[in-house]
Amino acid sequence: MNKLFNNRVRHVLELIAKDLRIEFRHREVLYTMVFFSVVVVLVFSFAFVREGHAIDNVAVGILWIAILFSGTIGISRTFDRERQYGTMRALLLSPALRSAIFISKMVSITLFMLLTQIVVIPLIAFLFDVPLLNHLGYLLLVIFLGILGIATVGTVFAAMMLFSPSREVLLPVVLYPVLIPLFIGATKATDTLLRNPLDIPVLYFWLKFLCVFNIVFLLIAVWSFEELVLE
Amino acid sequence: MRKIIVFLLIGLCSVGFPTTLYLIFYKAPLQDVLYFNQKIFYYHVPSAFMMFVAIFACGIGSVLYLWKRNPRYDFWAQTGAELAVLFGAIVLMTGSIWGKAAWDVWWQWDARLTSSLLVWVIMVAYVFVRHYGGIGADRLSAGLAIFGMIDVPLIYVSVNIWRTIHPQTSVVPQLEGMMKVTFWISVLLFCAFFSLLFALTMAQRKAMAQMDVIRESALDLGVIE
Repeated sequence: MNKLFNNRVRHVLELIAKDLRIEFRHREVLYTMVFFSVVVVLVFSFAFVREGHAIDNVAVGILWIAILFSGTIGISRTFDRERQYGTMRALLLSPALRSAIFISKMVSITLFMLLTQIVVIPLIAFLFDVPLLNHLGYLLLVIFLGILGIATVGTVFAAMMLFSPSREVLLPVVLYPVLIPLFIGATKATDTLLRNPLDIPVLYFWLKFLCVFNIVFLLIAVWSFEELVLE
Repeated sequence: MRKIIVFLLIGLCSVGFPTTLYLIFYKAPLQDVLYFNQKIFYYHVPSAFMMFVAIFACGIGSVLYLWKRNPRYDFWAQTGAELAVLFGAIVLMTGSIWGKAAWDVWWQWDARLTSSLLVWVIMVAYVFVRHYGGIGADRLSAGLAIFGMIDVPLIYVSVNIWRTIHPQTSVVPQLEGMMKVTFWISVLLFCAFFSLLFALTMAQRKAMAQMDVIRESALDLGVIE
């Protein structure tokens, strides 16, 4: 039993290492995500800045839109690479369990998305003059929970539509409606971090909400990945 | 048997719509706050009920389809989703008219409105995936339906933190006399209408699936090109 479990953990770790190795050779996904986020932030800045000042409370929304959009790009690109080189079939044929494939993809996408925020969060704090970095610990927690949820649901859907001809269009169409509760929770939680003094009960409510969302969807994703991604 | 039921339902609907319209406009008394505008309620609420029945059918059908792999359940889910989009559109439109009369705005970011809209958007995404998903669209949309179904309580909680101005569910039990009778007749009518659409769409799906099978075997035999 223990050996079996160790094997699974090893599969997951090896698959993650494989994804990261490929990424750090090309750095394609990361660079695209970072640059795309910057462009999104700029586009929104031009939409929301009037006479040199940003409209109030707009920074949090822009942050999460940038995360969501760049995340979508990262998710579809990560899976596209597998499809392009025909390695997804090899992965599915390998002795690794489907759930191990799911968890490894989800973890590497989460990592890419988190790394992207190293650029995006300071950029938004800088451009919109908001005290985003005041409660860094809480901010990282909120960002982590939000990104984990996006990566979980995104990985399942992207894997399902791997061989669908219109996957680029369909992924956001399918993904965003399902993610809206998470999006509401993440923006509200981030919003409380900007307020002074910090409203702990409200923050904890949304943190708990994000945790529930993540746990529920992780369980369903691990369970349904096997059923949904059959080749 | 099925034919008899379908014709019965058609009969019920064709009698039911004029009857409810008559009851709504001539028999049910005017409501004391919203007056004439309240009449939309008799179609708005039954449509909302049917929308939730349809969503339920879609969710259950999807779970059963992934589990048993019987195309019959897939037809259920698909029909459920399409009817949810249809009745959802009716709900949102009649709701807007109600909102304009009651709150003087077409749309409010209120809890119930927003959650209905979000659920409806998920159903539209389902139909979308169904039509443009290509190979494997059946599993993809079943997955979407399951994720969407789990999403419903989360949507409700997250959206509910906003102030709600939608009348609470207490409106229905408060109805009196002719208003109550008219309302429940409308609900029955919409149940019949829903069943009719469901039965016809299912029959159409099955016929199309049979056509595909026939086409396949004809291709195999070389009868058609």
